[in-house]
Amino acid sequence: MREKAKEGGSVLETKRKRKKSRLYEIWRQLKKNKLAVVALIVLVLLVLLAIFAPLLAPYPYEKQNSKLSYAGPSADYLLGNDKLGRDILSRLIYGSRQSLQMGVIAVAIAATIGILLGAVAGFYGRWVDNLCMRLLDIYQAMPMFLLCVSLAAIMGPSLRNAIIALGIGTVPGYARIMRASVLTVREKEYVEAAKAIDASNARIIRKHIIPNAIAPLIVQITMGVGGCIMSGAALSFIGLGVQPPIPEWGAMISDARSVMREHPTLALYPGICIMLSVLACNLLGDGLRDALDPRLKN
Amino acid sequence: MTPLLEVRDLKKYFKNKAGMLHAVDGIDFVLEEGKTLGVVGESGCGKTTLGRTVLHLIEATSGQILFEGKDISNPTKQEMHGIRRKMQIIFQDPFSSLNPRMSVCEAIMEPLVLHEHMSKSEMLTETRRLMDTVGIATRFENSYPHELDGGRRQRIGVARALALNPKFIVCDEPVSALDVSIQAQIINLMLDLQEQRGLAYMFVTHDLSVVKYISDDIMVMYLGQMVEKAPSDELFKNTCHPYSIALLSAIPVPVYPNNAQRVLLRGEITSPINPKPGCRFMARCRFAEEKCNEPQVIEECAPGHFVACCRYKEIKENKD
Amino acid sequence: MEDNLLEIRDLVVEYHTDDDVIYAVNNINLTIKKGETIGLVGETGAGKTTIAKSILRILPQLQADLKSGEIFFEGVDMLTLAERDMRKIRGNKISMIFQDPMTALNPIEKVGFQIAETIKLHNKIRREEAERRACDMLEMVGIPMDRFSEYPHQFSGGMKQRVVIAMALACNPSLLLADEPTTALDVTIQAQVLDMMRSLKEKLGTSVILITHDLGVVSDFCDSVAVAYAGEIVERGSVDRIFNNPHHPYTLGLFGSLPRLDSTEPRLKPIKGLMPDPTNLPSGCRFYERCPDAAEACALSPPQDIEIEPGHTIKCIRGKEGGI
Repeated sequence: MREKAKEGGSVLETKRKRKKSRLYEIWRQLKKNKLAVVALIVLVLLVLLAIFAPLLAPYPYEKQNSKLSYAGPSADYLLGNDKLGRDILSRLIYGSRQSLQMGVIAVAIAATIGILLGAVAGFYGRWVDNLCMRLLDIYQAMPMFLLCVSLAAIMGPSLRNAIIALGIGTVPGYARIMRASVLTVREKEYVEAAKAIDASNARIIRKHIIPNAIAPLIVQITMGVGGCIMSGAALSFIGLGVQPPIPEWGAMISDARSVMREHPTLALYPGICIMLSVLACNLLGDGLRDALDPRLKN
Repeated sequence: MTPLLEVRDLKKYFKNKAGMLHAVDGIDFVLEEGKTLGVVGESGCGKTTLGRTVLHLIEATSGQILFEGKDISNPTKQEMHGIRRKMQIIFQDPFSSLNPRMSVCEAIMEPLVLHEHMSKSEMLTETRRLMDTVGIATRFENSYPHELDGGRRQRIGVARALALNPKFIVCDEPVSALDVSIQAQIINLMLDLQEQRGLAYMFVTHDLSVVKYISDDIMVMYLGQMVEKAPSDELFKNTCHPYSIALLSAIPVPVYPNNAQRVLLRGEITSPINPKPGCRFMARCRFAEEKCNEPQVIEECAPGHFVACCRYKEIKENKD
Repeated sequence: MEDNLLEIRDLVVEYHTDDDVIYAVNNINLTIKKGETIGLVGETGAGKTTIAKSILRILPQLQADLKSGEIFFEGVDMLTLAERDMRKIRGNKISMIFQDPMTALNPIEKVGFQIAETIKLHNKIRREEAERRACDMLEMVGIPMDRFSEYPHQFSGGMKQRVVIAMALACNPSLLLADEPTTALDVTIQAQVLDMMRSLKEKLGTSVILITHDLGVVSDFCDSVAVAYAGEIVERGSVDRIFNNPHHPYTLGLFGSLPRLDSTEPRLKPIKGLMPDPTNLPSGCRFYERCPDAAEACALSPPQDIEIEPGHTIKCIRGKEGGI
């Protein structure tokens, strides 16, 4: 009998330990999805690459050498050189900084605003909902990219302003998905149960609505990272984003566009980088969505 | 002595594209401390809306609700906070009434967090005590609702309702989603709690055998109105309203040979949108005649036995 | 064999999840005679629906594994039939009604056409003929013919269930599997639907397997009863025997848990504990943990069927001594 009680105690003990490390729990779930783990590793490598770019890059990104214009791969320059003879590998490594920042920060801004807006509109309904949604309609009536361009133009060209412009420009997508998701969660009995114990609206939104409504957004968010990397590249191309000579993947593709036939690799390498990061984001998002949902735990 | 809860002419209309939906239309009842009022009726009769309206989860269109003699029909925010402590609800579906992302412990603790000024450890002790009261082993405290079976989930629902030590609980079909053997466990738990704490229940259900078992008084509702109300034994022995008669006879009784005489109703429940002033059951009633088009008056046919049918006497004589 | 319409022998069905094996149906034997109505009673997870789905071979293919067993329908083992032949049986000779009428009907198709479609699928007849028969079916389940070209959302729950029943009976099947057909309905509507089903089954001579948890419905509607618990049939017999002389402790427990209209007891007598975890069934009697009369021998080996009266079997080694 006593032994049994002891056993019960130890079970409680381990359970508590597990509770403490929610992150560990998520990781344990995520581990089951091999693709997501690979994606996570790729992303971590990319981030490390961005952080330690000065140490890893063989040459400074702006170092020109006109003799090496459009030179192919060589022992010194592993991926060859661009028009101005700059080392492509170094530029790719440095470029990861700008591209990742653009993607991640812009999406973070957009998703935060979108989630709050969507949750409030969905939860309160009626005129609040109408107001929010009509505003978004107007917002969306303008081409998203044009909006970003105008915002960036008003604020002046720089990386920071490009990020802000992208963040604000892509809010509607998140807000709409969030609102749709909140509308279904709002009708759940546990929301009513929370009202029955007099939980404030803010608490209901924070504790009951958002955690249960956010799942469909995770994929949208990770996809958004890829989209923002691309849009950021386009902004850079028309001179409103990252300013040359600072390298950026999208800008590198834009630069390579005119010589696509003669030197396809120039566009190919940054293209692969973008593809890899976007793909990794998507796969990770998929895995995270499953791992975050306690209902799918076995 | 003032009764615990008194409801007077409570109405709740919903605006609808087609007109006014009379979900609850002029309900009166009185509930004493420690007693149980059973509310029965079929889907769409407004029994769930009634429970929610009494609790102010839905704003009433008109009518009065008196709790411990105090009118709480139009409470301020602060009054509301106080009322919530004393009136609670247990939901029908333990699968959807618990937030899937809150652990058992968090779910039971939530009312304490909102209402009691306790330290974290005090709250944890209280939560464990509650879990013990409703019969969930503490080893489940970090489990999530989806990991538990229906019976345990419903116990969490009960624990949440009990957390603030209420005097009155609306039970909205608390056992209809559960298996028979588990259903009995929960009913017994609720009866035990009532005995220990002097709780008053308003037990909303469509299951008449359960309601007979647990209630002191039973109210039968049809399309937002009360058609009959009586002490539970009296209602089953001396059923007066033709709808109640049909309803009682339709309960499948688990005995064999099953020679219950079913009174089959024709048609289905009519629309609660813009109903005519007369008896709402008329369209399905075998005994309907001209005078049923008049609004029905509630009569006391025996002590404590109320019926809203102008022909109940004739029907009774017919039967005998 | 001759008058047995359906015979299930040693049916074993397992479900496979990522890490576990769920033992849903374990060695079930069940026979249904022509024209018989049998009530398959049990709680959630007893394997009732799995049995019905195995008969029609509509188990979810990825997870479900029909381990072993034979299901004879009119003398043919259906488990050996090719999928093509099986399709001729489904909806034609055996049809099934599900609990939720909403999911069984196509919301964007007129109900009359949906019934006609079923008839046309199994009979080589012209469209007009099929529609005429669909009209007849609607009349038969008590829906006026002029509602033929209405859509499902224009019907109430009870009406929808009638349409579903009409669809199931459209090809005059010899066996109807009804999985909780009235659970979603109100009692007065349930009474109407059961009444209609009873007269239909008498008229058409259909055998019915009624899956339900409501013992009241069983006593009202069925000829015989099979009580399922944790993937086994623990007691089987005529309604009279099961309701008036139940022997298995689980059946007794079920009756004890029901609030009776005539009871005066202050408390119900629930069965203690919970159904065993279907991934980890006890080696002995499945009901051992919850059984008030358990003996030591019960935990050792699973009990076999014992016939205590002709046609009344129980799975309990103490059956002969115990009971009421």
